Amino acid sequence: MHSICFQATGVPRSNYIFDSCSPALAVSKPINLRFCGLRKEAFGFSGLAHSSSGRVRFSSRGHSKKVSASAESNGSPPKSFDYDLIIIGAGVGGHGAALHAVEKGLKTAIIEGDVVGGTCVNRGCVPSKALLAVSGKMRELQSEHHMKALGLQVSAAGYDRQGVADHANNLASKIRSNLTNSMKALGVDILTGVGTIVGPQKVKYGKVGFPDNIVTAKNIIIATGSVPFVPKGIEVDGKTVITSDHALKLESVPDWIAIVGSGYIGLEFSDVYTALGSEVTFIEALDQLMPGFDPEIGKLAQRVLINPRKIDYHTGVFATKITPAKDGKPVIIELIDAKTKEPKDTLEVDAALIATGRAPFTNGLGLENVNVVTQRGFVPVDERMRVIDTNGNLVPHLYCIGDANGKMMLAHAASAQGISVVEQVTGRDHVLNHLSIPAACFTHPEISMVGLTEPQAREKAQKEGFEVGVAKTSFKANTKALAENEGEGLAKLIYRPDNGEILGVHIFGLHAADLIHEASNAIALGTRIQDIKFAVHAHPTLSEVLDELFKSAKVKAAALSHGPVSEPVAV
Amino acid sequence: MASPFLSNTTISFSSSLSSSSLPRIAPSIPFSSIRSNSTPRRILTVRSKIREIFMPALSSTMTEGKIVSWVKSEGDVLSKGESVVVVESDKADMDVETFYDGILAAIVVGEGETAPVGAAIGILAETEDEIAEAKAKAASKSGASTPSAPPPAPAPGAASTPAPPKSTPAPAAPTVAEGPRKTVATPFAKKLAKQHKVDIESVVGTGPYGRITPEDIEAAAGLSPSKKNVGLAVVVETKPAAPAKAPAASAAPSSLPPPVPGSTVVPFTTMQAAVSKNMVESLSVPTFRVGYPVTTDALDALYEKVKPKGVTMTALLAKAAAMALAQHPLVNSSCKDGKSFTYNSNINIAVAVAINGGLITPVLQDADKLDLYLLSQKWKELVEKARAKQLQPQEYNSGTFTLSNLGMFGVDRFDAILPPGQGAIMAVGASKPTVVADADGFFSVKNKMLVNVTADHRIIYGADLAAFLQTFSKIVENPESLTL
Repeated sequence: MHSICFQATGVPRSNYIFDSCSPALAVSKPINLRFCGLRKEAFGFSGLAHSSSGRVRFSSRGHSKKVSASAESNGSPPKSFDYDLIIIGAGVGGHGAALHAVEKGLKTAIIEGDVVGGTCVNRGCVPSKALLAVSGKMRELQSEHHMKALGLQVSAAGYDRQGVADHANNLASKIRSNLTNSMKALGVDILTGVGTIVGPQKVKYGKVGFPDNIVTAKNIIIATGSVPFVPKGIEVDGKTVITSDHALKLESVPDWIAIVGSGYIGLEFSDVYTALGSEVTFIEALDQLMPGFDPEIGKLAQRVLINPRKIDYHTGVFATKITPAKDGKPVIIELIDAKTKEPKDTLEVDAALIATGRAPFTNGLGLENVNVVTQRGFVPVDERMRVIDTNGNLVPHLYCIGDANGKMMLAHAASAQGISVVEQVTGRDHVLNHLSIPAACFTHPEISMVGLTEPQAREKAQKEGFEVGVAKTSFKANTKALAENEGEGLAKLIYRPDNGEILGVHIFGLHAADLIHEASNAIALGTRIQDIKFAVHAHPTLSEVLDELFKSAKVKAAALSHGPVSEPVAV
Repeated sequence: MASPFLSNTTISFSSSLSSSSLPRIAPSIPFSSIRSNSTPRRILTVRSKIREIFMPALSSTMTEGKIVSWVKSEGDVLSKGESVVVVESDKADMDVETFYDGILAAIVVGEGETAPVGAAIGILAETEDEIAEAKAKAASKSGASTPSAPPPAPAPGAASTPAPPKSTPAPAAPTVAEGPRKTVATPFAKKLAKQHKVDIESVVGTGPYGRITPEDIEAAAGLSPSKKNVGLAVVVETKPAAPAKAPAASAAPSSLPPPVPGSTVVPFTTMQAAVSKNMVESLSVPTFRVGYPVTTDALDALYEKVKPKGVTMTALLAKAAAMALAQHPLVNSSCKDGKSFTYNSNINIAVAVAINGGLITPVLQDADKLDLYLLSQKWKELVEKARAKQLQPQEYNSGTFTLSNLGMFGVDRFDAILPPGQGAIMAVGASKPTVVADADGFFSVKNKMLVNVTADHRIIYGADLAAFLQTFSKIVENPESLTL
């Protein structure tokens, strides 16, 4: 593969656009050209013009796919396969992979034992967004102060629980059918049943009580996702002690609910429940709430999302035992100190939501048939999502993407990994840069991030010997945010002053989840601050928060006269 | 500059924040250093070379601040306008900048520690010569407050330096003492208690499982209960409460206890508030009552027969009432505006039940059309839903006639209040063996129950009710039709 690529140095660790030396992508991706076009317009005068013209050149090269495909099959005995690609699991990851595979001309099948759409569409991101949309509107309508400031008068806002629940359910089924139809329309075979690997390039599937079918494929992608993780000692009854699966059905709105875990899931549900009138108690094993976030963002988020709301919290404690409400007793939660393991407290609440993370769903996949042992349930993979067996060797033609490999448990990460795998099996080496994958938490206001947090960046800087710069802008200075009366918010840029590389961007504020992509795209494409700061943003928009952010960064003069090509950020 | 200095002259060099401008910027621009040129206290007559750095008041409500981080370390040279320390107030993190050039001689309050507004958090020396003196001062400062104070650590950050005496106005709510009696308070109740300085231990919880609710705190603080935006909207959702099997009457509003010393005032739950509102509203309707004794031997016999099939007495009575209403549509009507009859096309029997300290009326819709078994089934579902707080609005507010039965408690007769929006309500007493004499003078013992109907006299008159009751009585006395 590398031989046909004359930008070989960039290939092994690069990501999308920089691999456009691959003939296959260049032919099929008009996006490249469009992007280059934008760059030409926006940065015609900047140093990057060189690289973009280089890309245009690659794009116009026309190697046929067949060349790479035959190269790929070199070394394996000529066999006939039922499919080029079989994907086990029709979640967002599998769906993304399937669509891209069809685009690349692969005969593709997807095996699903449950419903198309997986966790995200049926029990995760999608229905939760419906609930959060409701909670956002409730919050606005309930905030008398906010309404008054806009000159609006609203009498007591109320809601119908079933109506809200129906909205979430309807959204999930709509997206599910969209997903199903998009795959059917493209000719992806949807095989129903539980998929099991029976040997190299061989999968069996079938419904319970029916004979199994065996299909073969040149390549197999495992995309079986995850299920809510419930620590032991916690008895989930689905009514008063629940996981996100149950909570999304919104069968009840308890007066007081304890949420175990203050990550994304817990935080989003606290937003929903408090907007609908519940009081919330967080239980967090670590010493701080929102442990995954940049500390500064986490602190601000706590000030806005936790402290003023009907929420209290216990940090540094484990919930060792949770008993559902029964026999006239409330839900009882026993807490121990996370460090000393000594009993600390007992809580009595109306309900408990277990949001302690997610566990891979990899049981019964038949991994033993290809000599693979999972690690805490996760399928071990290398940076190209190739499955690694017990001896540390790669299993040929077997890949694992998404929550099942545990690299980055986000729907869009799974999809990106799936696309990366398809790129590889169609003859173009590709490594996904996980640091360019954005993440968002859809509270009100939203939190989003990409790349490193400040402490991570500082640690890396110390190791590698570079300087770290931090720039921040406030939503308070943004016209559009003020027009919406939503000036609460902060955007934070972590960068290298010596070369203008973006290391991480963190946003807390109105529509943060939509704003992050300018930063994540810049990271993915290796765009430097000194270049992106010349990009024009419409006025007045929230995107100007990022504009300000890039402009306020202080990149050293030396970096401004950098070489012709900005190298992509290494993984 | 060899002039004698007054080491006790304290100049608040961090007071460069004009407090009037603070509330505006208060919530979070942690990174922007705040400058203000108007500092009233800046006119100095005596210049001191050792200055204390004070905990600034960063917002109008701030009483104490936490040191997030020292931007400068001990020994660093500071120039006017530089950020020295980041302080977390109740609202935001803010950089505090120095107002004087000098050397940060000592850090008195380390990172992560808290100090009241106005307390010294660090010592600034003007020249290197004064550092030792400044350190001594710092040591004495911290030494005075904490006997075991180690000398200020020379290391940057000096996190080991103990805090000065905290005149902390004692957290309003003392932490919950681990004792035999465990106080359970909801998160918002705790917040309110802190805000209103209510000792949470002194509050008696009236919420479910005896927990302290926000309403309890408000009552204890002498506040009128704040309006609950959400609560109002979902007003009839039941609140879980102690599993007391209180009779329905207990939820009805009795007159509030007079303000006898030592009495406790317990605010209504949302459901109880809704009941109260409805009851007061009912006073605007002119009602009257008609009673009727009904012989129930046949009904009792039928009940014994169908009981194994899951039929309840409630379903039997609802069915009987519905069948009687079918023949007397007037009694199923209501008067909405005081000018007209509103005839309801459906016969929906609302049945009052006591549930979790409240009162709710799940509705058996089309009770005349559903057969007894379906009706019983439906009733079971409704009660379960009511317990789980899952009744839909149309499942409790669509009644056209209400049935209230206290017979199971041995009540022989009672009087019900007509709920707003309905024409009549039936109060059913217990069925009791009663000696009766027939026309020929023969005595016999029959089970009799007293039925008392309250009706809106604007639309339903005495004769109407009497006729309705007669029909009802006939149906109950010949209950075979109920099973059809």
